[in-house]
Amino acid sequence: MRLIKAIIKPERLDAVKAALEEAGFFGMTITEVQGRGEQKGISLQYRGGTIEVDLIPKIEMEVLVPADKVNEVIEAVKKGAYTGKIGDGRIFIIPVEESIKIRTGEVIRD
Amino acid sequence: MTLDSGATAWILASTCLVMLMTPGVGLFYGGLVRRKNVISMVALAFLSYALVSVQWVFCGYSFAFGSDVGGFIGALDFIGLSGVGMEATNLPIPDILFAAFQLVFAALTLAILTSGVAERIRLSAFVVFGLLWTTLVYDPLAHWAWGGGWAASLGALDFAGGTVVHISSGFGALAIALVIGKRMGFGENSIEPHNIPMTLLGAALLWFGWFGFNAGSAIAADGLASNAFMVTNTAAAAGALTWLLASSIRGKPSSVGMVSGAIAGLVGITPAAGFVDVPSSLVIGGVAGLICYGALLWRLKKGFDESLDAWAIHGVGGLWGAIATGIFASVGKTGLLAGNPYQFGINTVDALIAVGYAFVVTYILAMIIHKTIGLRVSDDEEYVGLDISQHGERARS
Repeated sequence: MRLIKAIIKPERLDAVKAALEEAGFFGMTITEVQGRGEQKGISLQYRGGTIEVDLIPKIEMEVLVPADKVNEVIEAVKKGAYTGKIGDGRIFIIPVEESIKIRTGEVIRD
Repeated sequence: MTLDSGATAWILASTCLVMLMTPGVGLFYGGLVRRKNVISMVALAFLSYALVSVQWVFCGYSFAFGSDVGGFIGALDFIGLSGVGMEATNLPIPDILFAAFQLVFAALTLAILTSGVAERIRLSAFVVFGLLWTTLVYDPLAHWAWGGGWAASLGALDFAGGTVVHISSGFGALAIALVIGKRMGFGENSIEPHNIPMTLLGAALLWFGWFGFNAGSAIAADGLASNAFMVTNTAAAAGALTWLLASSIRGKPSSVGMVSGAIAGLVGITPAAGFVDVPSSLVIGGVAGLICYGALLWRLKKGFDESLDAWAIHGVGGLWGAIATGIFASVGKTGLLAGNPYQFGINTVDALIAVGYAFVVTYILAMIIHKTIGLRVSDDEEYVGLDISQHGERARS
């Protein structure tokens, strides 16, 4: 199993959700986060100086899938989140040993 | 005229009520924008209030209520409020109180217009635009209706500002929205209200303040003021119910829809409040809820980003109210239903001229400012939000 963790622009969340649903993936966990990438945030230039907005609101999305479905999820997230502008985000793939359903006690492994 | 202490007390209170509507508009709009722009939205309402307050005592009052020049504008005889004193001359209240009462209307009008520039206006450009707009659009319209201008002399009825306040701000908002352009991502990403309870609170302040707006416009503490009070409340309630019902056909009955309907009803009854009876106010308010809801749907279908619907609610509602006044007038005046088609005709013509004037002058003014100093923030500033980019503040940290 893999945990796919995507950091995306908040305004693309609906599009990413729609793309995932279209590909048949429904389960997800969403967190509102703040972060920055290599550009160190956004700096706004004014005559009086500069305002650094060093942390920008993002959405962190986690999706747990069997290892053979990873590429489908990546494609769906990319499709929904892509704008071509700086700050479209990142996708991380994390191996997961097992997952346990609390209600039934069922243990899921690949 | 002798000073009437009862009337003076009521207009002092009404002025306070109407003052509260401006921050009320700020909260109403503030809840509808995204979290990154809430400070900007509320601040624009306060800024409108402060700007117009200064402009009004300097020259605005004189342009609106100074001695008539060609039916179009007032002369500069009251510049700096000179000659506007503590005694009652034409009305049973002190002249300076009348100026204060009219001031809060002028300030509110500019605040309503900020709907059209929500989440993308440059603060400094708004200062310039706001001062010019209130001088070139609001002041002449106030003069036409109430300051002895052409509309009043032809007999057009506007009790509390259907054309002056609502048509001008609503159609002005549409014009400047077309000039400044759509918000980044409009129609592409979802742009949703971040705090609906804030919007409901704003609507509460508007409904509350409107009693001063309409019942205060009687400039008396008497039966006419009381009638205006009751028809105002009735129309608001009817508008809330019809919009709620209409919106529930398409989905869940939305709370924002309900209070938008109340405001539509209040706008609709505004020009009529001193001229109609209670049964007519039910019709005026109820129809306002439906027409304004329809206007909002049309606006969305057309893809206009007049972001917070000042046009649909205040513009279209004000137009309906002005026409409805000509249809339903029966208290002190007669309208179409009481056998006076002239009233219907002149009110309709007056309203359409106000629509044209407000739209065209706002469009030209906005275009000049857009091409010179620029109305709009940069893409980066818009993306991080106006709270940080224009004010250096965050609503919550």
